[in-house]
Amino acid sequence: MNFFKSFLFELQEITLLVWRAAIRLLTSPRYWRETLAQMDLIGVGSLTIILLTGFFTGGVLTLQTYPTLASYGAQSRTGYLVAYTLIRELGPVLTALMVTGRVGSAISAELGSMVVSQQIDAIRALGTDPVRKLVTPRLLALLTMLPLLTVAADVVGLIGGAFVANQLFSHPLGLYYSSVLEGITVEDLLGGVIKPLIFGLIIGSISCYKGLSTEGGTVGVGQSVTSAVVTSSIVVIIADFFLARALQFIFGV
Amino acid sequence: MSSTETITETEKPDNINVEAEEFEVTSPFDAPAKPQTIIPAIEFRDVYLSFEDKKILNGLSFSVKHGETKIILGRSGGGKSTAIRLVLGLLKPDSGQILVDGEDITDYDEPEMMRVRQKIGMVFQEGALFDSLSVYDNVAYRLHEQGVSESEVEKEVHRMLQFVNLEEAIDLMPAELSGGMRRRVGIARALVGNPSIVMFDEPTAGLDPPTARTICELAMKLRDLNNVASIFVTHEMNNVQYLCSEYATVNEAGEVVFEEEGVNLCLLNTKVMMFREGKIVFTGTDEELTQNTDPFIKKFIRGK
Repeated sequence: MNFFKSFLFELQEITLLVWRAAIRLLTSPRYWRETLAQMDLIGVGSLTIILLTGFFTGGVLTLQTYPTLASYGAQSRTGYLVAYTLIRELGPVLTALMVTGRVGSAISAELGSMVVSQQIDAIRALGTDPVRKLVTPRLLALLTMLPLLTVAADVVGLIGGAFVANQLFSHPLGLYYSSVLEGITVEDLLGGVIKPLIFGLIIGSISCYKGLSTEGGTVGVGQSVTSAVVTSSIVVIIADFFLARALQFIFGV
Repeated sequence: MSSTETITETEKPDNINVEAEEFEVTSPFDAPAKPQTIIPAIEFRDVYLSFEDKKILNGLSFSVKHGETKIILGRSGGGKSTAIRLVLGLLKPDSGQILVDGEDITDYDEPEMMRVRQKIGMVFQEGALFDSLSVYDNVAYRLHEQGVSESEVEKEVHRMLQFVNLEEAIDLMPAELSGGMRRRVGIARALVGNPSIVMFDEPTAGLDPPTARTICELAMKLRDLNNVASIFVTHEMNNVQYLCSEYATVNEAGEVVFEEEGVNLCLLNTKVMMFREGKIVFTGTDEELTQNTDPFIKKFIRGK
């Protein structure tokens, strides 16, 4: 019962935080410079790990599925399978998990140490609203950057898959390419952008909330970071299932 | 309590205002046109606050006038920092009223509090400087937020850093500063915009005696030369002694000097308050404090 109560309380607080961050956009001051800086930090900063993750995920997908497909004589469908899996599921989810690890942890640690060193109080005492100054830019940056990073991971993943198919299994690139095009539908592309939008919101709101609700000194900061990363990751994976079902429903699969 | 405060009111213009006029030349502040001696700068009226089951403040009532310093003594967890946070509206009381310049801020929401906070400067325990910003940007924070032009910001930041005697640190990052420098930058940041109320939350904790002394001197300058109302939370008895027995004045050469009270002059603009379990158990001068026979107070002063 207690667990359920604290879960509901956190859900309420996180929803309120997102609401407050959103309505701050309607009135000035708006911190565009801060938002741009966060976009750079989150988007450009995460690009390397996302490209590496994408490339090797596409590669390993081909590596594992090509022999299986070949045993059915269906190796010409390799590109289809890689594209289908990557764009619908692995691209958005793996990107979200990588960004949780890199950005979610950084956000909660930064905000958490600002709380324990009284910097958040100082911001308020100096007449600035911390939600406006800190939460809104981070949420905006995640909402815009995560879909872009996901697209980058998808593209590089397809290239990784092509590379492995061509180099290890001597699969013709033209065949791979045409089968990729078969595997991608407009619904997939839409779903591939809707998912990271929701994931961005999940990661941003949970990390900001956990950071801002830090208590108990440096130990508390550590706990906030752990809690932010674990909660975000689990919620991303659970949300992925329901989003997949919802998208199937919407697109009439 | 009221009889001693009446004396403060009549004494104060003789001590303070003359100096304030002379000080305009060197001070980064302008003395308020009309010293408000009737309306207190800060007033607590029967304030109660508890966190979960723990009572933090238990019917707290006191006031601080302009040009006056109230030193709050008390054990850790006695509600000292909480009282300060209430003035800034960072916390809300369960019951009772808090007034700033006669304005009841108890039920103010965040945007209204933002306006009130403009006239309050706050010096945090460890300085609470923004780690990602340089000393310059830390001190300039409030002005940048208000969209003041950069040339004006620069002038003001230099003036403030000069006031805390730390101009050479302007381009450093907070991580490169010593503890005492961090507090002084914190003070400079709090004083931007010439607040008429300044609150110090254990500004000398963990500092060596000479550095602690310079911080007390800054508090005295604000009190005696700028007519600032302040709350000074501390644990250190030597801070109490400095603040209660010395005053800042400007000598003929135009320099700020500190003089001790003597047989002819007794400093009345500084009072000591002792907190115990969210209540005030003592209010008075430092002399009254040291002569007090209450076992709790005696133990606090002597440590045994």
